[in-house]
Amino acid sequence: MTPVTINGRRYTLNLPDDTPLLWALRDELGLTGTKFGCGMALCGACTVHVDGQPLRSCLTPVSAVANKKVVTIEGIGADKVGKAVQAAWVEMGVPQCGYCQTGQIMSATALLKRNPRPSDSDIDDAMSGNICRCGTYVRIRNAIKRTASRQGGVA
Amino acid sequence: MNAPRTGTQRRADNLVLANVSRRRFIQGVSALGGFVLGAGFPSALRGADPPKYGADGMPNGWVDDPLVFVAIGEDGTVTIVCHRSEMGQGVRTGMPMIVADELEADWKRVRVAQATGDEKRFGNQDTDGSRSTRHFFDPMRRCGAAARTMLEAAAAARWKVPVTEVEAKNHEVVHRPSGRRLGYGALAKAAASQPVPARETLRLKTPAQFRYIGKGQLKLVDAPDMVTGKAQYGMDTRLDGMLYAVVARPPVYGGKLVRYDATETLKVPGVVRVVEIEASPAPPMFNPLGGVAVIGSNTWAAVQGRRALKIEWEDGPNATYDSAAFKATLEEAARKPGKVVRDDGDFNAGLAGAARRLDAEYYVPHLAHAAMEPPAATVRIVGGKCEVWGCFQSPQATRDMVAKRLGMSAADVTVRVTLLGGGFGRKSKPDFAVEAAVLSKAVDGKPVKVTWTREDDLHHSYFHTVSVEHLEAGVDAQGNPVAWLHRSVAPTIMSTFEKGANHEAPFELGMGVINVPFAIPNIRIENPPATAHTRIGWFRSVSNIPHAFADQSFVAELAAAAGRDPKNFLLDVIGPARMINPQTLGDTWNHGESPERYPVDTGRLRQVLETVAREAGWGRTLPKGRGLGIAAHYSFVTYVATVVEVLVDDKGVVTIPRVDLAVDCGAVVNPERVRAQMEGACVMGISVAMVGEISFKGGRVEQNNFNGYEVTRMSGAPREIRVHLIPGDFAKPLGGVGEPGVPPIPPALCNAIFAATGKRIRRLPIRDQLKA
Repeated sequence: MTPVTINGRRYTLNLPDDTPLLWALRDELGLTGTKFGCGMALCGACTVHVDGQPLRSCLTPVSAVANKKVVTIEGIGADKVGKAVQAAWVEMGVPQCGYCQTGQIMSATALLKRNPRPSDSDIDDAMSGNICRCGTYVRIRNAIKRTASRQGGVA
Repeated sequence: MNAPRTGTQRRADNLVLANVSRRRFIQGVSALGGFVLGAGFPSALRGADPPKYGADGMPNGWVDDPLVFVAIGEDGTVTIVCHRSEMGQGVRTGMPMIVADELEADWKRVRVAQATGDEKRFGNQDTDGSRSTRHFFDPMRRCGAAARTMLEAAAAARWKVPVTEVEAKNHEVVHRPSGRRLGYGALAKAAASQPVPARETLRLKTPAQFRYIGKGQLKLVDAPDMVTGKAQYGMDTRLDGMLYAVVARPPVYGGKLVRYDATETLKVPGVVRVVEIEASPAPPMFNPLGGVAVIGSNTWAAVQGRRALKIEWEDGPNATYDSAAFKATLEEAARKPGKVVRDDGDFNAGLAGAARRLDAEYYVPHLAHAAMEPPAATVRIVGGKCEVWGCFQSPQATRDMVAKRLGMSAADVTVRVTLLGGGFGRKSKPDFAVEAAVLSKAVDGKPVKVTWTREDDLHHSYFHTVSVEHLEAGVDAQGNPVAWLHRSVAPTIMSTFEKGANHEAPFELGMGVINVPFAIPNIRIENPPATAHTRIGWFRSVSNIPHAFADQSFVAELAAAAGRDPKNFLLDVIGPARMINPQTLGDTWNHGESPERYPVDTGRLRQVLETVAREAGWGRTLPKGRGLGIAAHYSFVTYVATVVEVLVDDKGVVTIPRVDLAVDCGAVVNPERVRAQMEGACVMGISVAMVGEISFKGGRVEQNNFNGYEVTRMSGAPREIRVHLIPGDFAKPLGGVGEPGVPPIPPALCNAIFAATGKRIRRLPIRDQLKA
């Protein structure tokens, strides 16, 4: 039994301790916005925030998030920066297939909350763990910069 | 037009507008999928019939019936059916946008519904071959225009005025003399009982009247759901009582299960059942590979259960497949004369008279699509009816394959297409849906979702082929080629459908090897045989990748040998602007298009080259370690040229500051998405060139996940991609968009590396070949 807060709501997860948070979110709670891409923390599609830090949920056992605050793509819009990132993604036409973009948005939001004015190399460092096979990287970079220039100092 | 929930649920059997005689159904073949039929061997299957081209040449052709594609609710909501699969190309925006434009619908009041797999109803749905817009632009315009005409007729009848006095405009019909207006919602019911106008009577808009087509102002219909996690992919299907499965498949293609022990598996909490899936005899087609499935109460339980299986496999005839050894086999074949597939002039005489001879060999390994969403499908069987959910590029093939395997009529199988988390050709093959069907049947029809892990995806793909391209040229005293030999050796996609197939099919040869439009007097193209040892399938832009890599690299090598500027040299090799009937190049395929409507136009190829060179600042002086490379390629009846700028540091690390692409795909329906497709194709081309490789040892794929099978990430992507669209004319036929951006990228990148370093790359991926 693992007590955890997800998107502001309290849950008790009745799953083996080693169950990755990813599958708890997707299969048990129906929060399918967090995506499976590799299962080895190599692609970033499963990124969530745990106590404000970006984390790959595919390798995070549910036991590790006991009594912690998890935010997923379904909840990130309640955050001012997260909402701005989502808006920039739509406005700049970032998604192609869209599958990886929830993880991209979680990583980008974490970056902008920690570093409101990221340089190109800051973006490379923060975003290179998130694969986009459609190849939307140029637009992701531009959308992060657009959000940063609009958000100046907000985060 | 009474507000049905989706257009797919409507009955309009008596109102089919399309002329059925134009859409010949070729029974029993559609299970192969449209690609093979439409592309592989059209003349053989069509017997004595005159050849059919474009959408007419595809299984089940096209439909332009407004009652199939358009529904209008009494609240004015217009629902437009998209019958092609969305995998990132923006088709769920672009296709309905065409209908909405002709319909004079207000996009804010348009909803998009996804068609089920039903080609007799919707026309061809095989979302492949960069065909959606070029095949369905005209039928979708007619759908919209016909629906608009029916609304106008309903309004004229209501007002008892001549129909010539009314006009549909922005979601309402206006009576010009009186200024009276009726909204589409108020007219919906009456419009539905109007006869569908004859196709010949339809009044289509002029391009100047377009409100959405060609404008690029509309946002993607799915973007709001995609960025909030609401978008539904194949992986996201959830049904009451659903079980979750993963499958252990034979690690070697052609291998078989000998025995297994599931004792430990059944002890894993959450594991419900272990089920054997029977393998199918060769050729593989779209059948499952067989193996042992573990069904659990969630995905993780199934994965843990699979890990605990003890399985003995018999590896079968491909147990020794080894990529290093196979490369040598291909090279050996490439160095001997092979089947001649084009022979212009006299190559040997040309070579004998040449001032100098050059030769080179280029290698491109197997590749896996590695869409971010691995294959996933869910099946439920209730009361003799089967429902299938998933990420399918070819919903009709999915329907036919599932029906066949379950021994059901296709009419009892409903295929519901979700969004695809990338496709790239992999999801045209519905083997994963058949697995889910077998498993649902094994648990009395309960819903079962089959999830492929990334390891499954990389081990059991329908891989891009592996190839050696052998090029020889004789050049005159000025270095101009007078004789050109290209021997292409690669296992064929046909081996997936036909046991023993070992020569490239017309559709593979027609992807940039047989149909090179070069102004060289003596050209010989040969295709020695090659045996497939794994499932070969189509990967975004397919054989164009190795063919363009070879011929665009080799032309640059000839330019360097002649001491000439690569761009000017390439323009000279292409020669003057002229229209070439592809059949005169030995290309009987021409991407399935009419040789008259779609000749190879070297003027357009020259124009994209000249445009990209100008826009990229070709010839500009660059600091040490930087270089520009150029390449051009015609594929999917579209012309693309690119200039790649590279920076190679003193450790041999390559970065790509900027790429320019010029594209002539004819008139552009959604310029914003054409740009996006070119940007994405550019990154995929860079991934192929820099890091992409699937290799085999002992018959097994050596890469397991994104650590072994690398793909380009943010840090390796170009900092800037500039796409230059050549304006087109809507009176002329459209070109493809999804694929043609990929092929010129690898050679342009390697040509840039040569410019920067003097080192010529002939073997992909580049990976550490430049490392000091």
